[in-house]
Amino acid sequence: MLAVAKEDLYTQEIELNMGPQHPSTHGVYRALLTLDGEKVIKVENIIGYLHRGIEKLAEDRTYTQFIPYTARLDYLAGMLNNLGYVQAVEKLMGVAVPERAEYLRIIMAELSRIASHMIMVASMALDLSGWTAWFPPFRERERILDLFEMTCGSRITVSYMRIGGVAADIPDGFLPALEAFLNDLPGMIAEMNGLITGNEIFKARCQGVGKIDLETALAYGLTGPNLRACGLPFDLRKAKPYGIYDRFDFDIPTLSNGDSYDRFVIRLLEMEQSARIIRQAMAALPDGSVMAKVPRVLKPSPGEVYHQIEGAKGILGYYLVSDGSNKPYRLHIHGPSFVNLGALPRIAAGGNIQDFVVAIASIDIVLGEVDR
Amino acid sequence: MGNTSDLIQKLQDLFPGLKGEEGGAMPGLVVPADRLTALMQELKEQRGFNFLADVTAVDYPEGDKERIEVVYHLMAVPAATELRVKVSLDRQHPEIASLTGLWPAAEVQEREVYDLMGVIFTGHPNLQRILCPDDFSGHPLRKDFQPAATEGGQ
Repeated sequence: MLAVAKEDLYTQEIELNMGPQHPSTHGVYRALLTLDGEKVIKVENIIGYLHRGIEKLAEDRTYTQFIPYTARLDYLAGMLNNLGYVQAVEKLMGVAVPERAEYLRIIMAELSRIASHMIMVASMALDLSGWTAWFPPFRERERILDLFEMTCGSRITVSYMRIGGVAADIPDGFLPALEAFLNDLPGMIAEMNGLITGNEIFKARCQGVGKIDLETALAYGLTGPNLRACGLPFDLRKAKPYGIYDRFDFDIPTLSNGDSYDRFVIRLLEMEQSARIIRQAMAALPDGSVMAKVPRVLKPSPGEVYHQIEGAKGILGYYLVSDGSNKPYRLHIHGPSFVNLGALPRIAAGGNIQDFVVAIASIDIVLGEVDR
Repeated sequence: MGNTSDLIQKLQDLFPGLKGEEGGAMPGLVVPADRLTALMQELKEQRGFNFLADVTAVDYPEGDKERIEVVYHLMAVPAATELRVKVSLDRQHPEIASLTGLWPAAEVQEREVYDLMGVIFTGHPNLQRILCPDDFSGHPLRKDFQPAATEGGQ
């Protein structure tokens, strides 16, 4: 008989590394979890594995040369990252963009947002072993990437936006293909609702998991769909319209529980609104040039600008300081994923390990933007 | 933006030494480093700037105006009014009070500024490198930082 004195029995907390190689971390990211049994009592984010020093690189590139780097930040929404940057430079220089280019930017930006949300809903379902649900969003996302490819030759790292307009006009066949995609999008959303949104297992694993209330979310700097899932209809496209967003009629979906389930559902709702915007932009698309006349060498006069747009994952900000030369003196990128990830320890502490997987999927980070 | 000059005027009465910057795309304030926390608290609790949108820094190594500027962007949510606040620090010993007590959002962003620019945020609960490896030396966004050559040469 094994004899163990009672005073020799003890329990202790253990530390567990999740990542940097782990399918649920959506990239090279490590979470150092402190566990009490299966309960997560502390989360420490360990990031930087993908740090490429993009802000430093910007100081050695001309304003135009930096455009391709932007799509390597949030590479799931390249068009939006292009847009934020070129608009920041345009604001600094006072460049006016031709009407047709403004409308094309809206179409591409909203397509990018839909594509990014598609990845989020697909991979969150997959993280919870919903294998079937991976396919509908990825099937439809291919069609968005096809549209990008036929316009600018690239599917992910698009570099389509230019300072003063866009790189190319849309080719013949673009609008019919876009129309067909928009007609099929509600079918995909219905498919996801049938497979996942109403699924009992999915609900049981997500509802009430990773809850954050509105006040805490704001204090932690949460923005985008994650903030709107806490009940605040705050969207820069409406609150402080940039480009020509003030010309479109759309709603800001909000949900009120601030849990992982709401963060999932809100992405599906936002796709519908993006589709509404795209339809209006298609109907109003004017003829004309897609590029303004801008000097070949761009030398903004000394000054600074901070430009924020509503990215796919939250508010994306570019802070630019010019010293009058042809290269930025300083460029800082405020990536929403970086700040949203900073709130993860608050969101995920107190749950189980399996809840941590749900929480990280639901805040939708992309490591290219976290690490920069 | 008539309200902006009013705001700057009122803040100047409260915080002697504060300077207003108008004319750009966004109004700005330049505040002495020792008044930063008090100013931010006033802006957050009394003036509606409840959201810390961004924290970053710019290095100016040259001449007699050698300095590091820490730049904060605030936003009033949901009105979306924006405000820039700057502090100028001694480039040899850049040190400023942490805003983590007012906004937990400052925690990761100040760590980033510390890591890449070498600014010390006093009162920060966990001021460690965040993007660069722990054993990295130097602060890469300083203007005098020379990026190391990679494989294949200097």
